[in-house]
Amino acid sequence: MRAGVALRSLFQSVDRWLEERAGLGAAIGPVLAHRVPRSTASWWYVFGSATLALFVLQIATGICLALVYVPSADGAYQSLVYLNYHAPFGWYLRALHFWGSNGMVAVMTLHMIQVFLFGAHKYPREMTWVVGVVLFICTLGMAFTGQILRWDQDAYWGLGIGASIAARSPVIGEQAVHILLGGPIIAARTLSRFFAVHVFAIPGLLIAMTGLHLWLVLRLGINEWPMPGRLVDRETYHRRYEEEIEKDGVSFFPHAARKDMVGMGVVILIVLVCAALFGPHGPRGFPDPTLIDTAPKPDFYFLALYSLFALLPPWTETVLMLLGPPLAIGLLFLVPFIAGTGEKSWKRRPVAVLGVILIVLVVTTLAGLGVIVPWSPHMEAWSAVPTPVAYVKGRSPLELQGALVVQNKQCRTCHALGGEGGERGPALDGVATRLTRDQLIRQVLQGGGNMPAYGKNLSPAEVNALVAFLDTLRPKGQVPARPAVNLEQDRGDRGAGSGGSGAGRLDPPRR
Amino acid sequence: MCADHSPPTASPSRRGFLFKLGLALNVIGATLVGIPVIGYIFGPARRLGGRTWIELGALSRFPEGETRLAIYENPGSVPWDGATAKVACWVRRVKGDEFQVFAINCAHLGCPVRWFPQSRLFMCPCHGGVYYEDGSRASGPPPRGLFQYEYEIRNGQLWVRGGQLPTLSGPV
Repeated sequence: MRAGVALRSLFQSVDRWLEERAGLGAAIGPVLAHRVPRSTASWWYVFGSATLALFVLQIATGICLALVYVPSADGAYQSLVYLNYHAPFGWYLRALHFWGSNGMVAVMTLHMIQVFLFGAHKYPREMTWVVGVVLFICTLGMAFTGQILRWDQDAYWGLGIGASIAARSPVIGEQAVHILLGGPIIAARTLSRFFAVHVFAIPGLLIAMTGLHLWLVLRLGINEWPMPGRLVDRETYHRRYEEEIEKDGVSFFPHAARKDMVGMGVVILIVLVCAALFGPHGPRGFPDPTLIDTAPKPDFYFLALYSLFALLPPWTETVLMLLGPPLAIGLLFLVPFIAGTGEKSWKRRPVAVLGVILIVLVVTTLAGLGVIVPWSPHMEAWSAVPTPVAYVKGRSPLELQGALVVQNKQCRTCHALGGEGGERGPALDGVATRLTRDQLIRQVLQGGGNMPAYGKNLSPAEVNALVAFLDTLRPKGQVPARPAVNLEQDRGDRGAGSGGSGAGRLDPPRR
Repeated sequence: MCADHSPPTASPSRRGFLFKLGLALNVIGATLVGIPVIGYIFGPARRLGGRTWIELGALSRFPEGETRLAIYENPGSVPWDGATAKVACWVRRVKGDEFQVFAINCAHLGCPVRWFPQSRLFMCPCHGGVYYEDGSRASGPPPRGLFQYEYEIRNGQLWVRGGQLPTLSGPV
């Protein structure tokens, strides 16, 4: 009992001593106690603090990784392997940093969508939004540069993609590539450059901007829960906000902070669990540029862009690559200046809601396509994937020869057969129902419709065999494609009243 | 008497001078620091076209009518480049002393193209660009054919001119 009293008085005197000199309690106390509208002590408001928690996790794990990681082109890969397999808990810290970065991008995106739908970007919080956009761009910058520090084949060829995009800028293209890479090729100076940007430049900016973002939130007050019909007006906004706080306000700590604390804890625990379950990401292959049997792929945050580059019509590509990002970023910055007053509630902002839905759908669809990469050739299909038995059973020697041509000439790199193979071109099952023999020959020899011409690469005998095989590819009972002249005849027949499904009769004589 | 102990009050003109001097000194300092810093960061942009002739190997390594992978060390490499000092390229010996040397990088976004001798095509794993054996564009998103090296034959050796990542704005 007496010991407890003594201990308590000791704490109090230490606290007094510290407070007299540092004055931290006097500085932080009002921040914790400041009043916020009761409606904002909501689960919808936890994403910002959750992002901050993940950022702190990234700093902590990042410093730990830097204790071992070697930012040198000849040592980075080995140091990552060392972290994965030798350094105590090295694999776990790498996993935490990776899943933490995924989490940070994801939760920050949720935060951005939430504040937008709640009209938090409107007067007087325009600048808070603008600083938030800077934070968002910096975070994506961290994601890209971090992916480079993984210094594997994805990193190497990802840099090649970055350089190729930079090179498309007019006049200064070549200079831009050299500045990005720190030299004429992707090598040691490139890695050092990205290390400095990832570890010093962007984190410094992120910390400064996070401070400004929080200061603005405190200065202007947290955005109140939007009520339909309660319009933002520059003349009356501040008075009405003060009234709301007075009438129905609570102190930030603990009323709102407790939900924030739960949110922070939950996202950190999710990252911890993901890291433990799924482990670190990569490194995925030694960064030797002469090992060319590689199919580089970006981390998930850039999958949507990766897909876009495959799907854009080539003539729009340079313009969109160069103007798209500045336009998108510019638009994000302008959001509060385009719609800075008026209705705040998502219930009365259909354009805003549809805009968010559209962007989310487009990005997730593109990212989904980036996972299955239907446009990428399946480089191993020609030698590794068998020809379906049904397509070779009971076929003539010539047709079998054609089946071999399909394999050996890498047709299946782009064309699937029996559900296996590339998806760049149409699947060949049932091709005989779409193309006649003559059309098949023309397509093989001259290409077209995004298919290379094989005229110079196939002998007449090979073409003959190939087309004989392709001609057999149609589901049982389906009509083969017929030349247009036969179609005319067909119409004539119908006109004569024979009609019906005389498919067998119209079958052109084969062989 | 007491007036003597009060802090010396500078005349307005002296205060103004000190302020301007302080401002000027800091502007000069910032400029003198800024020039080398900017020159340092943007330095790589000033060294363009630093391409040199590189030996790829004896002609006998490249059979006529075939396309082979060749590897050279980047002329501007530093000792800590590790494996990234190496650069790969495709050498096609058309016939006799007629060659075509292609950069490994797809003209679309720089991914490494692979040669398939059976179908005589180069294919890119990233976005599906395809090129014919002479490097011309066959299909897919690339806006042009493969980048080609200048080459020379010296004493039975194949030499190429290179040393930079080829892109749409800069030669290999």
